[in-house]
Amino acid sequence: MLLSINGLGKGYDSGGARVEVLRGVDLALDPGETVALTGESGSGKSTLLHLCAGLDRADTGRIEVAGRDLAGADDATLAALRRQAVGLVFQQFNLIPSLDVGANLAFHARLSGRDDPAAIAALADRLGLGGLMRRYPEQLSGGQQQRVAIGRTLAARPALILADEPTGNLDEATGDAVLDLMLELVAEAGAGLLMVTHSPRLAARLSRRVHLSGGRLA
Amino acid sequence: MRRTALAALLSHWRRHPLQLASLLLGLALATALWSGVQAINAEARASYDRAAEVLGQDQLESLVPRDGQRVPDRVFVDLRRAGWQVTPLIEGRWARAGRAVQVYGIDPFTMPAGALPEAVGESGDISGFFTPPGRGFAAPETVAELEGAEGLPPLIAAEGIMPGILIADIGIAQTLLRAEGQISRLLLAPDQPLGRAPLETVAPGLDRLAPQETADVAQLTGSFHLNLTAFGFLSFAVGLFIVHAAIGLAFEQRRAMFRTLRALGLPLRTLVGLLAAEVMLLALVAGIVGVALGYGIAAALLPDVAATLRGLYGATLSGSLSLRPEWWLGGLAIALIGAGVAAAQSLWRLWRMPLLASAQPRAWARASARGFAALGALAGLLAGVAVIAGVYGQGVVGGFVLLGALLLAAALALPGALALALGAAERLARGVLAQWFWADTRQQLPGLSLALMALMLALSANIGVGTMVASFRLTFTEWLDQRLPSELYVTARTEEEATRLRDWLTPRSDALLPIWRVEGPVFGQSAEIYGVADHRTYSDNWPMLLGEADVWARLARAEGAIVNEQLWRRAGLRIGDPVPLPGGAIRPLVGVYSDYGNPRGQVIIGIADLVAQFPDLDRRRYAIRTDPAAVPELRRALVQEFGLPEDSMIDQGAVKDLSLRIFERTFAVTAALNVLTMGVAGFAMFTSLLTLAAMRLPQLAPVWALGLTRTALARLEVLRAMLLAALTMALAIPVGLILAWVLLAVVNVAAFGWRLPMFVFPADWLWLGALALAAGGLAAAWPAWRLARIEPATLVKVFADER
Ligand SMILES: Nc1ncnc2c1ncn2[C@@H]1O[C@H](COP(=O)(O)OP(=O)(O)OP(=O)(O)O)[C@@H](O)[C@H]1O
Ligand SMILES: [Mg+2]
Repeated sequence: MLLSINGLGKGYDSGGARVEVLRGVDLALDPGETVALTGESGSGKSTLLHLCAGLDRADTGRIEVAGRDLAGADDATLAALRRQAVGLVFQQFNLIPSLDVGANLAFHARLSGRDDPAAIAALADRLGLGGLMRRYPEQLSGGQQQRVAIGRTLAARPALILADEPTGNLDEATGDAVLDLMLELVAEAGAGLLMVTHSPRLAARLSRRVHLSGGRLA
Repeated sequence: MRRTALAALLSHWRRHPLQLASLLLGLALATALWSGVQAINAEARASYDRAAEVLGQDQLESLVPRDGQRVPDRVFVDLRRAGWQVTPLIEGRWARAGRAVQVYGIDPFTMPAGALPEAVGESGDISGFFTPPGRGFAAPETVAELEGAEGLPPLIAAEGIMPGILIADIGIAQTLLRAEGQISRLLLAPDQPLGRAPLETVAPGLDRLAPQETADVAQLTGSFHLNLTAFGFLSFAVGLFIVHAAIGLAFEQRRAMFRTLRALGLPLRTLVGLLAAEVMLLALVAGIVGVALGYGIAAALLPDVAATLRGLYGATLSGSLSLRPEWWLGGLAIALIGAGVAAAQSLWRLWRMPLLASAQPRAWARASARGFAALGALAGLLAGVAVIAGVYGQGVVGGFVLLGALLLAAALALPGALALALGAAERLARGVLAQWFWADTRQQLPGLSLALMALMLALSANIGVGTMVASFRLTFTEWLDQRLPSELYVTARTEEEATRLRDWLTPRSDALLPIWRVEGPVFGQSAEIYGVADHRTYSDNWPMLLGEADVWARLARAEGAIVNEQLWRRAGLRIGDPVPLPGGAIRPLVGVYSDYGNPRGQVIIGIADLVAQFPDLDRRRYAIRTDPAAVPELRRALVQEFGLPEDSMIDQGAVKDLSLRIFERTFAVTAALNVLTMGVAGFAMFTSLLTLAAMRLPQLAPVWALGLTRTALARLEVLRAMLLAALTMALAIPVGLILAWVLLAVVNVAAFGWRLPMFVFPADWLWLGALALAAGGLAAAWPAWRLARIEPATLVKVFADER
C-alpha cells in the first residue's frame, strides 16, 4: 500500500479558539490508483495533503507512506521521503523565483538525483513550456506557473503525487490536457495520485473520488 | 542535492545584485575600518619593539644614572678598571632646521658581539668610524630624509637599522649632541667576571636595570592606540548593522524559497548548513576586499598618525606599512566573525521556523510593538551597564565600556522612540493623506531601523567627537596664549655664546627668562624639571588649577615645586605632599597647572633652585619679553651680531602654530574615521531604502490606484527619509553630548592625564543636521526616482499577485 491514513486528526489554534479541521480521516491508496479529493473551501483539503507529505505533524491518528510511519520520523527522514518518494504540487505553485523555468522544472529531479535532461525537455514540450525555458517565474502567467509546478513534480517521478488543485488556474482545454499528461505518467510509472479539485468533471476522470466534509471523508 | 540546493540559494543574489553589493560592501567597509586601524596599531607596536631592540637593549642589562642625568666618561673608565664588562652609550636628539634624528653613540671596541649593528661591524672601516668626521649609520629612508643636513657626519645607508635613528661612534655623537665627555648609560655584557668590585663602591650613582622589554613610549602611547582601536571598533559596529540588515533581508526574502526547498525534500540541517556556508563564503570575499581597503586606509592615515605620535610622544614610526600575516588573517577573521554574528539571529530563526510558517517576508518589514519594547528593555539594561561603568569603572577601559554601552543603548532605544514620535504625529494629523503618511512611515520603521541605528551611532559619534575636538581647540588656543607670553625664544650654540647673548640682550629687552631644564625620574616616571625666574610673566600668565596664593614667590625661595596636571593625577598628589626630585632633593607641592598636549610629567621649581641642584645643566635657551613689533628687528640683529642661524630662534606665533598643528593632526585620524563612519551609515540608509522600495509596492499600489500620482508618492518617499533622518538627528544630539562629556571627563583624563572644560557648538549641529538630511534625501532619491518612473503595469501586477 502506497498511502494509508487511519483516524487522522488535526486542529489549529486560531485567535485563542481551537479549530478541529480533520476529525478522524481514513484513506488508503494503492500504487496505480488515482483519487480525487473534493470539499468546500476551508474544509481541510490542503491540510490533509500537507500532513501526507510530512510537512506538518498530525495531532492524532496514523499516516504511512510507502510503509513508513510518519509520526516517528525525524526531519531528515521526512525530507528524504519527500525528496525520493512524494511529489507535491502546491496550490500556490511555490516556484523558486530566482531560478528560470528550466532550472525550476529540473529542480526536484536534481535534488533526488534523477535528473534526465532529455526527459525534462520532452515533458516541457508536452506541458507547452518549450518556449519559456529561460524566463523567470515572475514573467509567467498564473497558468504557466502552475504548469511549471506540475512539471517539476512529474519530472522527479515520485511514487506518490499529492496535487492541490493543479489545474485551478488553467482554462478547460489546457486543464484537460495537463490532467491527461498527469494520468498518463502516473499510469506509466505505476504511481499513486491524490488530487484536490473543485471540478466534478475532472474528479470523474480519476479512479476514485472522496469528499471531505466535517473533518471526515465520505 | 547539496549542489542543486546551493545553486538555488545563490541564484537569489544573481537576481538581487544590489543587495549582494550592499552586503559585501558593508562587510568590506566594516572590515576595512577595523583592519586599517589595526594595521596602524601593529605598525606602531612593531616600531616600539624595534626601538627597544636598538643596540641589543632588549637583551642586555644596563647601568643607568639614578637621577636620570648623564654621567661623565670617567665612570666608564672606573668600571672597566674594576673589572666590569660594560660599554658606554650616549643617546639624544639631534635637531636642526626642522630635521631631527635620534642619535646613539657607541664604542665599537667594548660593544658586546651581537649588540653591534651588523652594518657597522661589516663596514670593515673601524678607524673611519671613530676618526672625525666619523660615519653615521642609518636606515636608507632616514639617510634620504637627512640628505644635505649640515653638521652630521657622512651618512651610510644600512638595512636593519630602525628608521629615525643614527648610530655613530660615541665621540662623534657626544660632539653632535653637545655632550662632550658624557654618557647616558652603560650596557652590561652577558658574562661578567667574578670578583669585580661592587657597583656601590665604583659608581654609586648608578642603578642596575633589567633588559628593557618595551620602550617607555609603548606605555605612553598605549591610550592613544586604545583610542584608535575604539573608533575602529565603532566603525566596525556600524558596518555590522548594515551586514545584519542585509543578511536579515536576504533571509526574509527567501523564506518562501526555504519552505519550498524543504517541501521538496531538503533536510533542515542541510539547509541551515548551506546558508551558513553561504554567509561564510560572502564574508570571505568581503573580508579580502576589506583587508585590501583597510591597507589603503592605513597607508593614507599613517603619516598623520606618525606625525601625531612624534609630536605628542616623541615616538618614531617608520612611514611605510608592512603586510603582516597576523594582521590580514585577523582582518579576515573579524569579517567572518562579524558576518557570523550578523547571521546568527537569522539562522536561529530559520532553525526554529515550522515548515509551513507563512512565507511572507514580515518580521523584517512589519511593525511590531513588542519587538520595539524588547529592544527598549535591552537598551535600558545597557544604560544600566553604562551607569555602573561610569560610577565604578576605572581608566580608559572603564571609559570605553561606558561609551560602548551608552551608544548601543541609544541605538537600541531609537526605533521605539521614533515609533512613539510617529504615533503621536499620526494622532495629531489632519486629513486622510497625512494620516496615511504617518502610519505608513511607522510601518516602515522596522525595515529602516537598522540603518537608522547606524545613522544614529554615526551622528552621535560625530557630535561627541566634534564637541571634544572643538572644546580642545578652544581651550588649547586660549591656554597657549597664556602659556606662551614670551615674544621670542632663542637657543645659543654654546654656553659661552649664551653668556654673551645674555649680556647683549638684557638692555635690549623687557626681560630675559631662562628656559632651562633637566630630565629625570619623578615618582618613577621620566619627567621634565624646569626652573622659572621670579618674574611677573609667570604670575600674570600661568593659569593654576590648584595652588597657594604665593606659589611663584615660594618657588623663588626654593620652598616648593609645582607639577603639571598629568603628574598630579598619575601620582595622586595633594597640595603639601613632598615631591622628590631626581638627585634626592624634596620640595613640597605648592601648585598644579594644566599642561595640555604633553604626555610626560613636569615639575617646575625656582631657577636658582634648579641650578643649585643640577649645576651642569644646559643653559643655552632663553625666552625674550619685548614689544611684539620689535621682534623682527631683534631677530635680524641677533643674526647680524652673533651669526645665529635662523632656526635657533622661534617666535611666539611659530610656537603656537606648531603646537596647534600637532593638535590638529592628533584628531585628523579620528575625524577621518568619523567621516568614514558617516559614509557607511548613509550607505546603509540607501541600501535599506532600495530593498524596501521593492517590497513596498503592495502598500503603495492601492494608494496609487486611489488617485495619488507616482510623482507625488515618490516625493513623499524622499520626504519620509529626510524626516526620519531629522528625527534621528534630534535624538543623536543629547547622546552625542553625553558622549563628549565622557570623552572629555573620563577617557581623556585616563588616556592623557588632563581634563578639559566642555563647550557646546550648536552651529556645528546645524551643519551636521543638514548633512543628515542630505544623507536621508540622497539615499531616498534613487528609489524614489525609480518609483516615479515605474510602469503602471508593474503596479497593476501587484493586484494580480495578491492571492
Ligand atoms: N496555520 C493555520 N493556522 C490556523 N488555521 C489554519 C492554518 N492553516 C489552515 N487553517 C485553517 O484550517 C482550515 C482548513 O484549511 P485548508 O487550507 O486545509 O483548507 P482547504 O480545504 O485547502 O481550502 P481551499 O479549498 O480554500 O484551499 C481553514 O479553516 C483554515 O482557516
Ligand atoms: Mg487548499
